[in-house]
Amino acid sequence: MIAGISIYEIFTLSSILFFIGIYGFITRKNLISILISIELILNASAVNFVVINKYLYPDALQGVYFSIFIIAVAAAETALAIAIIINLYRLISSVEVKDTEIMKY
Amino acid sequence: MEKIVFYILALIMIACAIASVSSRNMLRSVVYLLFVLIGIAGIYFLIDYNFLAAIQLTVYAGGIIVLIIFSVLLVHHIEMELELAKISKLILTAIACLIGLGVFLTTIYSTEFTAVENYKSTTVEDIGLGLLSYGDGGFILPFEVISVLLLAAMIGAIIIAKGDKLTQKNDEI
Repeated sequence: MIAGISIYEIFTLSSILFFIGIYGFITRKNLISILISIELILNASAVNFVVINKYLYPDALQGVYFSIFIIAVAAAETALAIAIIINLYRLISSVEVKDTEIMKY
Repeated sequence: MEKIVFYILALIMIACAIASVSSRNMLRSVVYLLFVLIGIAGIYFLIDYNFLAAIQLTVYAGGIIVLIIFSVLLVHHIEMELELAKISKLILTAIACLIGLGVFLTTIYSTEFTAVENYKSTTVEDIGLGLLSYGDGGFILPFEVISVLLLAAMIGAIIIAKGDKLTQKNDEI
């Protein structure tokens, strides 16, 4: 644990990051920007897992495992989303949400 | 000392996160996200999970950011500015997010957490043994499922990104 820092301060930091991510997710109009916001949200939740593990249950390691799984799933999700975005750009020459009317061609 | 480092990291992360969701230049927004991810790796270093910090740096800063930058360069003009949502929608979303944040923070601060004082560090060996043990509390099954998921995502990404050419080639044969 961090000397002099209580668990509340880290929770505050991760909730602020989470809601900044949600703000970006709703207001952005571009598929890649939405992906960036999702990364922010996933990272905030991973920090929470690790911090709860370290501060409340220091003998267990479950939070670390869940963080590793979150990072792995985020990597897979990003790779797939970028493949879809590039394919979509080939089809309609745009990555804006308002132009994305077809999912099947 | 660690307190000061934590506050500096927190300030940098929040500022860069806000810049990342509000910057109109796509490439800059990705670079701001990189700073946020490095800040989170710094927090992992501070609470003494070195392995997790190394994973965060290699997978996020080394892998995902490079992937996103590549896709930005492939689908955008560098100087292109993003269009913003309507100003009323921006304010409405900001208010909704602030209300949600308020609910979160009141819930967190009204809960009593019993933190355990400890300064022991976790070695990579502990993490590996726990991840591969099939006894009580072992994580061998999720570990294998994750590896299958990564394989499926890899094949899926290749097929989606190159799908047309692959099927055409198969038709010719």
